[in-house]
Amino acid sequence: MAKRIDVKSLDIYYGGFHAVEDVSMTVEPRTVTAFIGPSGCGKSTLLRTLNRMHEVIPGAHVKGSVQLDGTELYGQSVDPVAVRRVVGMVFQRPNPFPSMSIFDNAASGLRLNGVKNKGVLADAVERSLTAANLWNEVKDRLGKAGMGLSGGQQQRLCIARAIAVEPQVLLMDEPCSALDPISTLAIEDLIGELKEKYTVVIVTHNMQQAARVSDQTAFFNLAAQGKPGRLIEIGPTEKIFSNPDEKATEDYITGRFG
Amino acid sequence: MSATTNDAQLTLRRPGGVRTVKNALATVYVTVVTVLAIVPLAWVLYTVITKGIRLILSSDWWLQSQRGITPRREGGGAYHAIVGTVEMALICAAIAVPLGILGAILLIEYAKGTKVARGVSFMVDVLSGIPSIVAALFIYALFITIFGFGRSAIAVSCALVLLMLPVVLRSTEEMLKLVPQELREASYALGVPKWKTIVRVVIPTAFSGITTGVMLGVARVMGETAPLLILVSYAVGINFSPTSDTMGALPTMINSGRDQAPQLPGYERVWAAALTLIIIVMLLNLLARLIARASKLKEK
Amino acid sequence: MAVTDTDATERVEPEPVATEDPTLSPVVDHGGMHMHTPVPEVMHHNHRAPAPATIDHAERGPRGVKLAKISKTGDRVFRTMAITSGLVIVLLVLFVGIFLLALALPSLQADQDNFLTSRNWTVVGNELRFGIVGLLWTTVLTSLLAMAIAVPVSVGVALCLTQYLHKRASGPVSFVVDLLAAVPSIIFGLWGLIVLGPFLAPAAEWLISKLGWIPLFSRNVDPKGSVFVASVVLAIMMLPIVTAISRDVFAQTPRDQIEAALALGATRWEVIRTAVLPYGRSGVISASMLGLGRALGETIAVMIILTTPPAGSPFTPSIFAGGETFASKIANNASEFDSPSKTGAFIAAGLVLFLVTFAVNAMARVIADRGGAKS
Repeated sequence: MAKRIDVKSLDIYYGGFHAVEDVSMTVEPRTVTAFIGPSGCGKSTLLRTLNRMHEVIPGAHVKGSVQLDGTELYGQSVDPVAVRRVVGMVFQRPNPFPSMSIFDNAASGLRLNGVKNKGVLADAVERSLTAANLWNEVKDRLGKAGMGLSGGQQQRLCIARAIAVEPQVLLMDEPCSALDPISTLAIEDLIGELKEKYTVVIVTHNMQQAARVSDQTAFFNLAAQGKPGRLIEIGPTEKIFSNPDEKATEDYITGRFG
Repeated sequence: MSATTNDAQLTLRRPGGVRTVKNALATVYVTVVTVLAIVPLAWVLYTVITKGIRLILSSDWWLQSQRGITPRREGGGAYHAIVGTVEMALICAAIAVPLGILGAILLIEYAKGTKVARGVSFMVDVLSGIPSIVAALFIYALFITIFGFGRSAIAVSCALVLLMLPVVLRSTEEMLKLVPQELREASYALGVPKWKTIVRVVIPTAFSGITTGVMLGVARVMGETAPLLILVSYAVGINFSPTSDTMGALPTMINSGRDQAPQLPGYERVWAAALTLIIIVMLLNLLARLIARASKLKEK
Repeated sequence: MAVTDTDATERVEPEPVATEDPTLSPVVDHGGMHMHTPVPEVMHHNHRAPAPATIDHAERGPRGVKLAKISKTGDRVFRTMAITSGLVIVLLVLFVGIFLLALALPSLQADQDNFLTSRNWTVVGNELRFGIVGLLWTTVLTSLLAMAIAVPVSVGVALCLTQYLHKRASGPVSFVVDLLAAVPSIIFGLWGLIVLGPFLAPAAEWLISKLGWIPLFSRNVDPKGSVFVASVVLAIMMLPIVTAISRDVFAQTPRDQIEAALALGATRWEVIRTAVLPYGRSGVISASMLGLGRALGETIAVMIILTTPPAGSPFTPSIFAGGETFASKIANNASEFDSPSKTGAFIAAGLVLFLVTFAVNAMARVIADRGGAKS
């Protein structure tokens, strides 16, 4: 199910502003890739181009190519909505839909895209909540409001919501930064399990987290204030954190800046 | 207040003389004025209730019309007026609510920050400043002078739309602004198109606030008299047809009887009609506020 | 909604699963750091048949992803609906202005008096003589007097709610004042005429006896039906709006300005005078103008309370006289719109009212924006 991602010479613009410059990278299926770097260097921006979420902001556009197993996501007649049905996303702050119950939240991706069969929905909800390690905690109160859960549980609900539609790739934008350490650890464990089925790309400002959960790490940085962000180095996590090629990477890892 | 004569010691006294007096005067003024502000509501309610309660407690009041009743005769009820008021308000709402909600959606979901949004917003502001009599005159000019229709209850409803639309639009706009952008993004990330996101995620999230705005709008137009004076004739009998040129309504029921001498039975009916109107309007207001408060608590 | 890999059976090589490859070190479990074994550096796969550069239907590569065809109709329809309602609103407002003007013009042109300076109002028959001076005077007088009463009271109440009262008490009091706005104006009119009028009569008498030599306070009609009573009722009706906005403005006085005043040892009144009122000044002015706009357009309460002077009566500036405002004149004659020229005269009056309220509301908004205090 999971697919590989090929990014080729991608430039990202917000209107006239050049936000990210010339990124090329490959993400293998069923692996976790972490994007790290100081704030404002474009890692979240790049992540959002992988499911064309950046286009929510008027004037945002890209040059270059992003391919999912050879299928060009930025093709002539490709609708961003279609892309988002195969590439899922989990956000920084848990955002379950307030007007829906836990069950409805988990099922929302399917329901909103036309699935009505109650049996199918119930199965999908159980499957995704189990995969998100939330099933046992909520199975007796599926009808209760999604907002009534704790922060960590809400985030796992959002993860369940994203995987219920069985995407090819799961994007996670600093998923733990709004959570306490215990919930963070729970989610990191979860990522380790998720990668058995999905290709995961995670943006994190927490280097230790990147080192813990990812197979491949990409380090981004700004050339200078006001310049676009660039991919400085990408490689196996162990290498990046023990003997990176670029000096800038090493400076960042060792805390000399950022 | 401590008195001290030794300069070496710290003097901790209230600021003396004039400053204290001014402060006290300010406090007195503010208190008096606040009490003064509460008095009118209490007084009006008291007046209306004491003068009107006797009649509205009888079931006849709610079930009968004024057909065949003259000011000198007892009896009859306000059924025709209640029905008329509610009917005209509902027809108005049927037009104003979708227009208002869609307009707010335009301003917040599709055109936020653009010149188009500024222009439409400006027009809504103008609309909200139009006095009810001017709105009624416009509909008169449009329907009756130009199109040649006669007076009708629908004309009244259309005039009321001009009054209700800004209320619904502005309150919906405020509610939509409160929906966090992240919710929309969560929906987009699931591959849900924009229109479905608005209809199935944003609006349900804002729903209770929108309902509150609608109820307040309805309460407002139920009390409007000017359009009734200009656009329809007051009927004493029951008439449900919105296209006929007569229709009973509570404000005109009050207005038609207000010149009567206090000894006549008709006089008391005027106050009872006033009480009926206030009850309906106040109930809607209180209900709307309750809904608003309940939904605020839910989010905590 | 699973997107299936339709070429699943044709995989060339199995995907490396990191945990089962014996050549890589095993995953270290909980306790220490999670160090996953790295996936080997990946070289480019050789695609059997590279996907052509441009594919327009159901984009898919050889082992690619099927991207659904998304129907655009929903978005298009909905967007059109939203734009249409915006258009309707804009047109509505424009039409109000245009229609009123169009229908008023013929009567204005046939008017034999000067519209802006005449006090007459003869609109029957062929001779049209009408002018708005009398209406203007009464409208302005009632509204200004109402403002003079309402604004000091509203500011006082707003100050009380934000600076004097505890949060728990200010809620209910706020609620009561706001509820005043819910009372329909016809009920205010009825109450004003029958209850308030007689109540204020002694006060009116007293004023007349003391100050009757000033034309403004000279005796005229029965005080019940006078500008004085109408103004008080208008003031009551203005109260909720002015109070609510002033309250919001005062509540937003920056904390540090208040604390600076307190730190200087100021009394509560002095804090208000130096921090709250200056900050809120433009907001209060804006609120007053919005209240003024409301008072100008108020129809029914004024219609019920004010005694209509007989045609041709002499002008008197007294606040104890009757009169007609723009709004009440139109309402008083509502059943008599039988001829176009007659209707046109009233519409002309309505047009003036529309323009005046528009100007007042616009000014209120400009002042609010300039002032900076957000309400």
